[in-house]
Amino acid sequence: MTKPKNPRGTPFEEVAFPVFEMPHVGKARYNYTTGWALGRFLAGLKEGKILGTVCKKCGRVFIPPRMYCSYCFREVDDWVEASGEGTVHTVVASYIEATRARAKEPKIVGVIKLDVPGYNFDDHFFPGVLHYICGASDEDVKNMKLFGARVRARFKPPGQRTGSITDIECFEVVKP
Amino acid sequence: MTGRNLNFKHRVAVVGAGLTLFRRRMLETPQELAWLAAKQALDEAGLTLKDIDCVVIGSAPDAFDGVHMKGEYLAEGAGGIHKPTVRVYVGGATGVFVPIAAWWHVASGLCKRVLAVAEEKMSHSAKPHPQYVFRYIWDPIVEKPLNPNLLWIFAMEMHRYMYRCKAKKEDIALVAVKNKRNACGHPSAQLCDPNIKVEDVLNSEVLVWPVNRLDVSPVSDGAAAVVLASEEEARRITDTPVWIKGIGWTLDTTHWTNRDLAYPEYVRRAAEMAYRMAGIDNPRRQIDVAEPYDPFDYKELHHMEGLGLAKKCEAPILTREGVTQRDGDLPINPSGGLLGVGNPIAAAGLMKVAEIFWQVRGEAGARQVKKPVYTGLAQAWGDLMQAGTVIVMGI
Amino acid sequence: MRVGIVGVGWFGFQPEVVDYSFREMMFKAAQRAYEDAGGLDPRSEVDAFVSCQEDFWEGISIADEFAPDPVGGAMKSVYTVAGDGLQCVGQAYMMIKSGLFDVVVVESHGKPSDVETLNEVIFTATDPISLRPLGLENVHALAALEARAYMSKFGVAEEHLEAVVEKAHKAGVKNQRAVYASPGKSRSATPVVAEPLREADVAKFVDAAVVVVLASERVAKRYNDTPVWVDGVWWSTEFSSLEFHDWAFPLHAREAADGAYTQAKIADPYKEVDFAEVDNRYSFKELQHIEALRLAPRGTAKDLLADGAFCPGGRLPVNLSGGALAEGVPFEVHGLARLSYAVGVMRGEIKADVDKAETAVVHSWRGIPTATSVAAVLRI
Repeated sequence: MTKPKNPRGTPFEEVAFPVFEMPHVGKARYNYTTGWALGRFLAGLKEGKILGTVCKKCGRVFIPPRMYCSYCFREVDDWVEASGEGTVHTVVASYIEATRARAKEPKIVGVIKLDVPGYNFDDHFFPGVLHYICGASDEDVKNMKLFGARVRARFKPPGQRTGSITDIECFEVVKP
Repeated sequence: MTGRNLNFKHRVAVVGAGLTLFRRRMLETPQELAWLAAKQALDEAGLTLKDIDCVVIGSAPDAFDGVHMKGEYLAEGAGGIHKPTVRVYVGGATGVFVPIAAWWHVASGLCKRVLAVAEEKMSHSAKPHPQYVFRYIWDPIVEKPLNPNLLWIFAMEMHRYMYRCKAKKEDIALVAVKNKRNACGHPSAQLCDPNIKVEDVLNSEVLVWPVNRLDVSPVSDGAAAVVLASEEEARRITDTPVWIKGIGWTLDTTHWTNRDLAYPEYVRRAAEMAYRMAGIDNPRRQIDVAEPYDPFDYKELHHMEGLGLAKKCEAPILTREGVTQRDGDLPINPSGGLLGVGNPIAAAGLMKVAEIFWQVRGEAGARQVKKPVYTGLAQAWGDLMQAGTVIVMGI
Repeated sequence: MRVGIVGVGWFGFQPEVVDYSFREMMFKAAQRAYEDAGGLDPRSEVDAFVSCQEDFWEGISIADEFAPDPVGGAMKSVYTVAGDGLQCVGQAYMMIKSGLFDVVVVESHGKPSDVETLNEVIFTATDPISLRPLGLENVHALAALEARAYMSKFGVAEEHLEAVVEKAHKAGVKNQRAVYASPGKSRSATPVVAEPLREADVAKFVDAAVVVVLASERVAKRYNDTPVWVDGVWWSTEFSSLEFHDWAFPLHAREAADGAYTQAKIADPYKEVDFAEVDNRYSFKELQHIEALRLAPRGTAKDLLADGAFCPGGRLPVNLSGGALAEGVPFEVHGLARLSYAVGVMRGEIKADVDKAETAVVHSWRGIPTATSVAAVLRI
């Protein structure tokens, strides 16, 4: 006997017969309060700076910043500024958009481990952000050359910045 | 956590399980899907809804079914009619968390027979594609403005794993091949493919390198249910109750861009919690069959290592050597997993629990693993590479 | 083996908390709760964390992703319950009673000010096929229907709603976090929202976060000399389909209360309970919930209220805090708001006009369009 016995349900193809659908376009709109930590982070981006917070008790630096240290459960002590340079921790090439449609060009995105002057980080915990990587092709992704590559933040011109993570256009591969 | 003799004081068993078909698109409403699975589980246990005193529901993002407070909406279909009903939620890890929550409903002494139901209807969600709904799982301030696709995060984890372990796509694809073939023994399966080969996976559409279309589990509608009972009740209901020996779960920090993705530490901690309760200190030897979460093929390997069933970076080798086949020494995902049976988010995890239940009772028929099964494990994963839920069951 | 509340912390209770994100609000409430619990260290002394939230309130899918860090739960056993904060207390209660957990933290937060389309979001909770197509522009209509059914069945008139509103605002003025309390508010002077409900009958929303620390009897005294014991907690869902639930009487509240009373071995609630904090997010609901909790026979709450039984200083004060009508509804935090106030009164930290504060019952609903309630019996 193979369980489950006769599992039930009625599968159907896209529109095999007129299926009664009740379309509903929801209107759920939100205005997310950025708060103390991310508010200052976004303001920093507008000025062309990547800011973070540091917990002096355990030495962790948080980028994106937070008000509290998740590991010591206490408020952070200070703000720090990243240099804008970093190392590629992991990277992928996306051929699809958020909607699942095929993209016209592959997008290279990854996690960038950021340098903060005066601090050293291992691979276990580090300040890092998700962002686009430019100056690299999808071939560079496929042959894994980008792992550990040095990159530098490329900001939009000051007039175009709005105080968003997109004020950074991308992290550009540093040519030797 | 207290480490007393819990296994003697509060024994809780699974006494019935049920599943619907898993398909891309089902006609039934979410409530109807939940009902079909719940009814099958109750029938297997020889019980009716009157016999149930508490209900636990699991369902992942409300945005899929398109109903806010989805737990209230599902209550009727899941038997939550004039009953204490609660909906628990840890993203994709929900499916294995539902019986964990049901465990303490019984172990606390407050409930005797609990119905635990997990349901997901992904076909409801926004055109053009359910993947679009996933855009709301990101940090709204520092991630969503980049227009990420869910697959980015998995591809990044997969690529980091490949980098650290020097694992090749061909080896990882073996998991998709194994599971899609295994699924042919599963009556609910959406993607059984008895002839699939590694080349098929490698040649399928590249979505986000290194993830190809056949590396990913499908979008599905489906529901699963299990019935839990206290020791006293269990023995009246069935000759072979399957005891819950260990439960464990962990939720890591939200900030996935701050940690190394090559090893699922959160699964390790969850497993440690479950193993300690179950008295297991050598999982590789003491677990007879395992159902780790496999929404992507590399995830099965990743989780095997987190569960301690393989050393770090060893899982692809075990797979290549056939150890994880149904007739192997450590059968992994004999059900066909998410890759083969389908991935209705919350229901998928509970499907795995049902699989272990049937494997332990020798009722998996065409899927029954070769070696004798005394102890099995099901594990699910969720959120932004954060949640690990583990349940150890056996006789 | 009893389960005790050993720490409570709250933050916000403002129409809009402008300077702090919801995560930061959670952190602040947690800090306060852990201080209250004798300086408890969440990183080493807590066995599990339970968070009560809903995706659509947050505007984030899989909202539990954001739960661990602010409460000290990163890489710990954290999960979310999609329900009112008191449901999380129910889960924590079971977890501790199972013997597997000693200390469990319960958290809930709500930031209604972040939601731009509140009516639409609430409406998204209705059945997509049988109710949603009606396109209700004002969800309170669903509460108005219940009000009509209750009022006509039991002879409750609008003057009785006025009495509830008046009591709520008078009591609320003494509650430091009841931002909406305005004594002297004349119900009939406020505009009609959906007959018979006027603006004064409908609680507004408020931003807040509350964290509660529960511990087993075995370890409770380590954290607090006077734990408030949870001697019973139960919850019930009547039906999903509004069409089938009892329009005139909240059976779910009766079922939840009965379960809690049975566990707490309370046979005659009206005699054995000293005061109550119930859900009054619609004024008529206070009367319904008083009756559902067996604090008055069905249909008589309005009369006992007129006699002063439920007023501060009365035989069994109900909503000394003013309830949701005075504090506002912080989404799923509501039950914890009622609970934290009751705990304050029982500990003597909140001066309230009540003779005896040793046994209390706390209740929460979840608002329109749900038929779910949770009730808890507290003792000190």
